[in-house]
Amino acid sequence: MKDISEVLKDRVLILDGAMGTMLQRHKFSEADFRGERFKDWPVPLQGNNDLLSLTQPKVIKDIHSYYFEVGADIVETNTFSGTTIAMADYQMEDLVYELNFESARIAKEAADIFTEKEPEKPRFVAGSIGPTNRTASMSPDVNDPGYRAVTFDELKKAYALQVNALLDGGVDVLLVETVFDTLNAKAALFAIEEIKEERECNIPIMISGTITDASGRTLSGQTAEAFLISVSHIPLLSVGFNCALGASQLTPHLEVLAQKTSFAVSAHPNAGLPNPFGAYDETPEQMASQIKEYLEKGLVNIVGGCCGTTPEHIKAIAEIASKYKPRQVRTIKSI
Amino acid sequence: MTEQHRLLKLSGLEPLVVTADTNFINVGERTNVAGSKKFLRLIKEEKFEEALDIARHQVEGGAQIIDINMDDGLIDGKEAMVKFLNLIVSEPDIARVPIMIDSSKWEIIEAGLQVVQGKCVVNSISLKEGEEEFLNYAKAIKRYGAAVIVMAFDEVGQADTYERRIEIAKRSYDILVNKVKFPPEDIIFDLNIFPVATGMEEHKRNALDFIEATAWVKENLPYCSVSGGVSNVSFSFRGNNPVREAMHSVFLYHAIKAGMNMGIVNPTMLEIYDDIPKDLLERVEDVMLNRRDDATERLLDFAETVVSKAKESTIDLSWREEPVQVRITRALVKGIDTYVLEDIEEARLSVTKPIEVIEGHLMTGMNVVGDLFGSGKMFLPQVVKSARVMKKAVAYLLPFIEEEKKKNPQTGKETKGAGRVLMATVKGDVHDIGKNIVSVVLACNNYEIIDLGVMVAPEKIIQTAIDKQVDVIGLSGLITPSLDEMVFLAKEMERRNFKVPLLIGGATTSKAHTAIKIDPQYKNAVVHVNDASRAVTVVGDLLNQRNNQKYVGDLKADYEKFRIGFHKRTKHKEYLSIAEARKNKFQIDWSSTLIKKPNQLGVQCIESLELNVLEPYIDWSPFFRSWDLHGKYPDILTDTVVGEQAIILFKDAKKLLSTVIDQKLLKAKGIFGLFEANTVNDDDIHIYADGTTIGTFRTLRQQLKKHAGKPNFALSDFIAPSDSDRKDYIGCFCVTTGFGTRELAERFESELDDYNAIMIKALADRLAEAFAEYLHEKIRKEYWGYASDEHLSNEALIKESYKGIRPAPGYPACPDHLEKLEIWKILSVKERIGVELTDSLAMWPAASVSGYYFGNEEARYFGLGKIKEDQVEDFAERKNITLESAKKWLNPNLSED
Repeated sequence: MKDISEVLKDRVLILDGAMGTMLQRHKFSEADFRGERFKDWPVPLQGNNDLLSLTQPKVIKDIHSYYFEVGADIVETNTFSGTTIAMADYQMEDLVYELNFESARIAKEAADIFTEKEPEKPRFVAGSIGPTNRTASMSPDVNDPGYRAVTFDELKKAYALQVNALLDGGVDVLLVETVFDTLNAKAALFAIEEIKEERECNIPIMISGTITDASGRTLSGQTAEAFLISVSHIPLLSVGFNCALGASQLTPHLEVLAQKTSFAVSAHPNAGLPNPFGAYDETPEQMASQIKEYLEKGLVNIVGGCCGTTPEHIKAIAEIASKYKPRQVRTIKSI
Repeated sequence: MTEQHRLLKLSGLEPLVVTADTNFINVGERTNVAGSKKFLRLIKEEKFEEALDIARHQVEGGAQIIDINMDDGLIDGKEAMVKFLNLIVSEPDIARVPIMIDSSKWEIIEAGLQVVQGKCVVNSISLKEGEEEFLNYAKAIKRYGAAVIVMAFDEVGQADTYERRIEIAKRSYDILVNKVKFPPEDIIFDLNIFPVATGMEEHKRNALDFIEATAWVKENLPYCSVSGGVSNVSFSFRGNNPVREAMHSVFLYHAIKAGMNMGIVNPTMLEIYDDIPKDLLERVEDVMLNRRDDATERLLDFAETVVSKAKESTIDLSWREEPVQVRITRALVKGIDTYVLEDIEEARLSVTKPIEVIEGHLMTGMNVVGDLFGSGKMFLPQVVKSARVMKKAVAYLLPFIEEEKKKNPQTGKETKGAGRVLMATVKGDVHDIGKNIVSVVLACNNYEIIDLGVMVAPEKIIQTAIDKQVDVIGLSGLITPSLDEMVFLAKEMERRNFKVPLLIGGATTSKAHTAIKIDPQYKNAVVHVNDASRAVTVVGDLLNQRNNQKYVGDLKADYEKFRIGFHKRTKHKEYLSIAEARKNKFQIDWSSTLIKKPNQLGVQCIESLELNVLEPYIDWSPFFRSWDLHGKYPDILTDTVVGEQAIILFKDAKKLLSTVIDQKLLKAKGIFGLFEANTVNDDDIHIYADGTTIGTFRTLRQQLKKHAGKPNFALSDFIAPSDSDRKDYIGCFCVTTGFGTRELAERFESELDDYNAIMIKALADRLAEAFAEYLHEKIRKEYWGYASDEHLSNEALIKESYKGIRPAPGYPACPDHLEKLEIWKILSVKERIGVELTDSLAMWPAASVSGYYFGNEEARYFGLGKIKEDQVEDFAERKNITLESAKKWLNPNLSED
């Protein structure tokens, strides 16, 4: 199978769309979430989407397959909240390894079927590493700005467990995503570097930040360039943005990345901004036409969708992307 | 594909990209406890909000990076760093710039890196502790995503020449880039900016070497940056801002041209290069670029005119044309005696009675000295130099005063000045550096000093105080038995109905001991004064008729409060019985531990050692401390507060030291022995020679109840017990460099030169410590030879990073001074090298060091702490002395409850 960094040189790679939006269609009940295995679990489990990899594995695998079918090169594992920190709400810290391992295995099974069918278009699995529900550089208590609910070391440890499980489950890439506090991401990167050294592997890393609103900054206050500088100490496969904004709102920030980095650039925006009911209305055609602008300007190497996007959106994006060349990656002068 | 240049990129909330077109990057350093007294105070008082204001001002004032340093002995640096950074991150107007995390401690740096999201600069790492540590830190810094300042420092020391700078920079760069794969653009070299125009030959090229090394680094080590603290370069012109500003501009002009692109500069201390007057510019450039041999002298001369011009622009005054009072004051303040006799003579001719010169001109001058010292604008060594000038002037006047008395006997009444102070080092103690300094400082402030010297018997102190009607008694001592002497004197003063205040000072004295043991014995004032600069205010307050009663009342109340607090605190401590403590002794696995038989057993004597051998072993930090200049050598030489004085003092010390070495004015003698030994009955160490026991060292064991798993140490734990069937070894020694000190000090005193009289004693003490360090190294590597492959720098020696220990009787691990008698017996110290023991078991001459050698790799220093009566009884029995005598000697270590 061809290396992902090789494929990146040839064409714009397509990342999958939302997992959550697809799962909502199934309208799973508390009992569906619990399955047989967790029927006596002491706390409510509805909403713990990551758990569905254990209780509804077929549904998860099918969603991956839909995305592959419409042209995605990369799907993300169903592990956005797969850390001991995020799973604490469900008292499922001890299941973190299994959740990640199984999610990775399911996604890889789906990918392998497609790669076998179309060897000229190999399919990849990206281990999704979310931001957790705590921030290392902001205080949750407005009256005590010096307080922190989580430390670097706690994050590093939690991320290390997730990363090891994802690698054991067979992922091809790690995707540190929806970074709203750069310090959390740095802890994840630190953990990954340590694991790379321990396991003597060289797994590619994608990182994707989140510009929260029109201020043009991350939740922890950094501009796009400051964010880029803060994470560029690690050799990355790509750096990009996802979530919070729709494709067109993201354009100026992608321009900064495209101009300033020697890594590949990724984008997986939401299907527009949410409507008053919290749903996303942008049609596949609307979204694809905005992404066309990225492609014309040569801003991206990897493109996909986040909240509100479906296989239909990805299909439209893949079609338009196939007509363009990827962004030219500038290399750094060697020493 | 296009290429992107490798640029240093940093970030806070916003990016900072350093390109070839970027102007010099200015680092703000007011948020550095070492650089700002105010910031230090705020952090100590935990006023973080106000401390944040300092950071905000820096950023508003144009700092593009802020340097944060919390390295201070009285601060928990790690906690303060994390707390302050967490607060900064919550302030978007500060956090927009990148942070420089500044510490000499890795744990503080790492804690800082873990709380900042942006790309920081670590300040700093170096090869000082070797390549392995350097590699590990660099690797971690890379992983945390920070840039790094690399100091031009290696195992040998700090780079101070062009060659050393480029050698270390190249080596550091190669390791970072090739072994760590550190991005070269993230490397910032600090190539050490040192002062120029200090008057020392070896400092002449300081600026030029920096500039040339910068050019070399930029040329040969691609993409890296060069930084430094610019104000260092002008230290020798402190107080003369016009010259300093010009020096900074000239230095920066050339350094930036050579490639320096970052640094700490105070923007208010910078003249515009083109605005520097031509004549000043020429002289400053001569100094910076070392263009002529007399550059320093020419700039110094010129600097005088720059100052007066700045102050009184129209009048061009050479100071010799000033009124005689101004000239005398100047001589006293500057400590220069070149013209003083000429000026004193002029003053004498202008008054009716010669005594008026002392009471008028000289006292006016000394008052200025006192004020400057009191407000922290002059430092101790300068004051002692002022006293030297004062003494010379008075000596010149004395014959005239005597003559005047003969002519007019009735007017010759003695003047008492501000007060009369009796100073003495107590019975059995021989240490007097601190006492002499306090005497000189008080004398400068118009007090009459009656100095009774060292080893003064209590009866003599009492009698002299009565006969001379003194106003204050000051007692000094360095060894622990002196504490009891002071208690005894306080009791005696109470019994004899004394009213005068009692001052207590010296290295082993403390506020605690004074409050708990001395103060209750005497109804009148007792004050613990441990530095010379406080002595003046304390004595002033004590003798101030108007409100000294309140002052004494406050003092008494303060000590009372201290006593109560102390007793409350100490009651919680738990102790083990000596039997239990022995059960919890430190365990060494005697079946496997390595024991090296010494290459040479028996006693050996070093009749005379060349002093120059010892010079590299000198630990200079305590030397500066004895002059009330606090800081670590060599950093103290560039300290913002005392650096200038430290350089001058160091120069004077080196000068005297080289005279002493060249003319062999002091004698270095030593004796040591290495013996077979075993521990017997847990706490005794038996010493054997040729199969017979020739002596026994009785050790003391910690009795404080420890946490689980922590042993109760005694030195005997480091020697194999007799039932282990292992032959073990121990050593003991005495070295001295004190012979000749008294003669030299007396010679200086007779020349009215207190400065050098104190200096020679301080140097002799340092040489004795250096000798002990030197001999210990020889023991480890040759005579005993258990560490024959050891290679340690002088700094590593001072930090005691070697294997094995050399504890000294009278110090924390073995506070019992009586053990010295055993060492003296075994080695025949007195007979062989002439070092004697006083009644209190202080060594004479004072510049001597004695102790034991333990060679086991598990041997370590510890503090005995408090012990209980059961061990004292046991100790008395083992030593065959009375319980009363044992209690007397162990008194400082006896637990109160």
